Amino acid sequence: MPDSGTNTGIGASVRRKEDFRFLTGKGKYTDDLNRPGQAHAYFLLSPHARAKINGIDTNAAKQAPGVVDVFTAADLAADGVSGPICGWVVTQKNGEPHKSPAVSALASDRVNYVGEQVAIVVAETLAQAKDAAELIEVNYQPQPALIKMKDALANGAAQLHDDVPGNLCFDWEIGDKAATDAAFKKAHHVTKIDIHNNRLIPNAIEPRAAIGDYDSGMDMMTLYTTSQNPHVARLVLAAFMGLGPENKLRVVAPDVGGGFGSKIYVYRDEIVTLWAAKKLGRPVKWTAERSASFLTDAHGRDHDTHAELAVDKDGTFLGLRVSTLANVGAHNQIFSTATPSYLYGCLLAGQYRTPAVYGEVKTVFTNTAPVDAYRGAGRPEATFVVERLVEKTAKEMGIDRAELRRRNFIPPDQFPYQSPCLVQYDSGDFPHLLDRAMEVIDYAGFSARKQASAERGKLRGIGLSCWIEACGLAPSAVVGFLGGGVGQWESANIKFNPTGSVTLYTGSHSHGQGHETVFAQIISEHLGVPVESVEVVHGDTAVVPFGMGTYGSRSGPVGGGAVYKAAQKIVEKGRKIAAHLLEASVEDIEYAGGTYSVAGTDRTKTMAEIAFAAYVPHNYPLDVLEPGLDETAFFDPMNFTFPSGAYFAEVEVDPDTGVVTVLDMVGIDDVGTVMNPMIVAGQLHGGFAQGIGQALYEQCVYDENGQLLTGSLMDYCMPRADHFPSFRTEETNQPCPHNPLGVKGCGEAGAIGSPVAMLNAVIDAIGVNIDMPATPEKVWRALQSQAQAAE
Amino acid sequence: MKTITVTVNGAVYEETVSERMLLVDFLREQLALTGTHVGCTYEGVCGACTICLDGEAVKSCLMLAVQADGHSITTVEGLAGDKLTPLQQAFIENHGLQCGFCTSGILMNMSEFLEKNPNPSDDDIRHGLIGNLCRCTGYVHIVKAVRAAAAVGR
Amino acid sequence: MYNFNYYRPLSLEEAAQVLSAASDGKLMSGGMTLIPTLKQRLANPSDLVDLSEIADLSGIEAKGDTVVIGATTTHAEVADSEVVKSQIPALAALAESIGDPQVRNRGTIGGSIANNDPAADYPAGLLGLGATIKTDRRQIPADDFFTGMFETALEEGEIVTAVSVPIPKKAAYAKFPNPASRYAIVGVMVAQGPAGTRVAVTGAGPGVFRVAKMETALEKNFSANAIEGISVPAKGLNADMHASADYRAHLVGVMARRAVTAAG
Repeated sequence: MPDSGTNTGIGASVRRKEDFRFLTGKGKYTDDLNRPGQAHAYFLLSPHARAKINGIDTNAAKQAPGVVDVFTAADLAADGVSGPICGWVVTQKNGEPHKSPAVSALASDRVNYVGEQVAIVVAETLAQAKDAAELIEVNYQPQPALIKMKDALANGAAQLHDDVPGNLCFDWEIGDKAATDAAFKKAHHVTKIDIHNNRLIPNAIEPRAAIGDYDSGMDMMTLYTTSQNPHVARLVLAAFMGLGPENKLRVVAPDVGGGFGSKIYVYRDEIVTLWAAKKLGRPVKWTAERSASFLTDAHGRDHDTHAELAVDKDGTFLGLRVSTLANVGAHNQIFSTATPSYLYGCLLAGQYRTPAVYGEVKTVFTNTAPVDAYRGAGRPEATFVVERLVEKTAKEMGIDRAELRRRNFIPPDQFPYQSPCLVQYDSGDFPHLLDRAMEVIDYAGFSARKQASAERGKLRGIGLSCWIEACGLAPSAVVGFLGGGVGQWESANIKFNPTGSVTLYTGSHSHGQGHETVFAQIISEHLGVPVESVEVVHGDTAVVPFGMGTYGSRSGPVGGGAVYKAAQKIVEKGRKIAAHLLEASVEDIEYAGGTYSVAGTDRTKTMAEIAFAAYVPHNYPLDVLEPGLDETAFFDPMNFTFPSGAYFAEVEVDPDTGVVTVLDMVGIDDVGTVMNPMIVAGQLHGGFAQGIGQALYEQCVYDENGQLLTGSLMDYCMPRADHFPSFRTEETNQPCPHNPLGVKGCGEAGAIGSPVAMLNAVIDAIGVNIDMPATPEKVWRALQSQAQAAE
Repeated sequence: MKTITVTVNGAVYEETVSERMLLVDFLREQLALTGTHVGCTYEGVCGACTICLDGEAVKSCLMLAVQADGHSITTVEGLAGDKLTPLQQAFIENHGLQCGFCTSGILMNMSEFLEKNPNPSDDDIRHGLIGNLCRCTGYVHIVKAVRAAAAVGR
Repeated sequence: MYNFNYYRPLSLEEAAQVLSAASDGKLMSGGMTLIPTLKQRLANPSDLVDLSEIADLSGIEAKGDTVVIGATTTHAEVADSEVVKSQIPALAALAESIGDPQVRNRGTIGGSIANNDPAADYPAGLLGLGATIKTDRRQIPADDFFTGMFETALEEGEIVTAVSVPIPKKAAYAKFPNPASRYAIVGVMVAQGPAGTRVAVTGAGPGVFRVAKMETALEKNFSANAIEGISVPAKGLNADMHASADYRAHLVGVMARRAVTAAG
């Protein structure tokens, strides 16, 4: 890691400003906060995956010691409070909008998954609330659950929602069907796959939590919550859930212990906790138990896909055809329709020139927890389809995996490149990424390494993925055109203090990504203020201008862009002040590194002097210029960003047990301008760990009755430190052409490209196709079946 | 209810607690030491609540407060004196944390680990870390930070 | 967690007394299994009797051709003990494979065997080494102690005080851990010594068990080859989403061979 030295600008590995408080136990996460007079909430969760509720008797619970009150759906309905919403309207093949059933904030006449919130108990202590919850009598009438997508879609299947026939959320298509069919007619070879993208449970280590607080004197509600986007939460709570208006609602997301998508959404427990605080006139605190996190946090992935690649005889890709079933769980949430449609289908061309692509996706309601965006959201699924197909094609045609990809890459001189899947890729150099990855992994030396493993009785495999994604969510115009419900800009407010220090207010939210450091670096770079003198404030709707939060790797490209724009406004205002102080014309004032000078002279003013003059305007052009040095900017870019990469995984399989040992994981990434190499590496490492977790360890399993079998960390295998070695990452630092910082985003990249690279390596080692996760028993069974077939 | 006497970060506390109060809740709620975190609630798997009890790393969600009666506890708040420990400093220098939620437990576990293993290999460190789950870092920079702290210790 | 009374007696007699006076008392040592159970409200004891401060229940010493380990000795103490590491390294390694460092600092050998989780490591260790379990009433050979899933020969109110482990000529423990929980999917202790030649398996079945065919074969020829063809029937073995009965049966063979090779 390069030493940042005294340089604190863009490109330096500046050590993080936020670390001190976390390392000394002084971080303030939601559950660390307590409000005077607060009561504690516990939610009664449904034990059934599908049941009618014939009645709820809360009388005994209400009489239990310490209980303040118990509420059910009827109480919420009386106050006009409603449940989670969908934020993206997807237009189906038939031109109709997708089906989005109305959802209440507590289950009313039926439950549709295990863990669905049925009642809230508020008591003086959490233990009393839990004691009382055992006394609630719910008259459930259990019904057969629909857990598998094919069962939910079957003719005559029962309906989860009265207003969703056939449990079909949408039937959607992308690309050109006729052109794709024509391409397949010309094919020399067609590769086919049927693959399952395993369902994952996000498991941020901080469980979700909320504190509702109501100030009756001000008629002001405050929600402290574990959110990636507090402003969006406020907008949604106020506009759709009956907990507004926005000027009477403050949402605070203090330190947040990881999100990975699961903390984007406004969940039922947050809605109800806030409402209960107002109803009871006292603060109410709720924190999820891990078991509840497993049941109620939005899950990720869960696709079944059949895909075919048409290839001519020299390996040129002619056409790609993809048909996917995607599980959305029991009801929609904010991104649950966008994730398996646009965030998936738009990336199906991958890094290749494939001229004709056609994809169709059916999304299905099932009696499982809602499925929504989880790190990568749609793009890991697209990458998985494309890169499994390409790898399999290479094997079937006897062409080297790297060579086949190289023959089909979009050449670096073809950008901007209009993909057949709606989006226009802005930049990329795929051959370079692959070349470098092959060097770093020593691709040429693999066969010798494989031989050495074989001599030790082990099966060695190598896997590649060359991937591209679209992120930096923005641009508003495109998002709106595709059915998104909100704007996708970001805001920043730079406030110089009179003594020259800076407070930056950003609408992005950091829950581990290091904004407090990286955004300070942007200020340092452009305004000449050391990072120590920059305070970055985020996560509180009362102080930050409106923001759209952090997801889809948008903080760098969009949030950072807003910081840059606000800094430019500061520079321009400062120029006018400097011109006055230096008695020169504005045109003659030059600016660099925090100092204004009169061209061709040694007369200068520092930014600190300018700030002082702006707030103590004794000598100041008050007739033409406002005092103060305080600028706000909104940034809304013209396109998504398109990070790309080439990843290699190398594994060894123990044929006796099926255990896969990860030997190496190399990622060469184009994430645009690297603002802080240390932090970018950390983001990629985390993505790799989650991606390898998906490939080898993690899977969400429901039984046929809809009980979650992997409902605890004893059964759901989160990667631990001894599950893999240290990863090797490099970035190419090629700027994005359409945002001012040249940033493409790095938050999701690792989780997008790594699962398929890892699975490809396992399949290369054992010579049999298997699904993720490649658990020891699955690998062992594959080897057994292969041995039997050979006999 | 029971009255217990515990030493926490050098200060002696005499407190009355419910028998069913977990040690982690005692630290967080009764002593307002919220640097010790609860990540997994029931299982005792995530390690975010790790503290040192009489110098040994233990999970404070797998202990009752009454069990700590007469014992001495160090929490993350008690690690640094006037300045950060070499381990804390190494976490800054090597980007050993992202969201910070698991960090206090990792520091407490690794503090004991480094006392027992002043010259650890990466494999030793990784094996020592299995009682702590981190979802952000992929452990790469954590291992690096612990290795760096060990070098400073030597 | 439901409420309960809590006692921390300083002597075995006092512990037995408090326990017998309780309507539904429960012994606790490290609490590594009991506390999660209480937290999930899966148990509702009237009284908890914490054995951790009874001084003479903890400690490790070599006594003649055995190593005696007190009931409240932690897994970390066993793993780090110079006595255990030099006399029965397989047992030190087994202790080191349990859970994680924080659990090993609290969990105890007495607690582990009294609980007799079918996936715990110590039952295989003690059965495989032919240990004797000492209680406040009697001595119980490991062969008679572990009676079934979470079942032992302990009577109502009987307290484990120590285990006495004969020092083997050779022994090794091979474990295939569940990657999530770190419990054994299959763990095999193989030993040859004063207690004969033994192969004890945990994780695979509803309780720890010995594999007589392997023992007979190893008696004649202590080598991995000697048990190459010997398999345990899958019928009756545990099956869950982590491992089917077939796979567990297969792993018993693999782990047993690896243990034999490691034992040398």
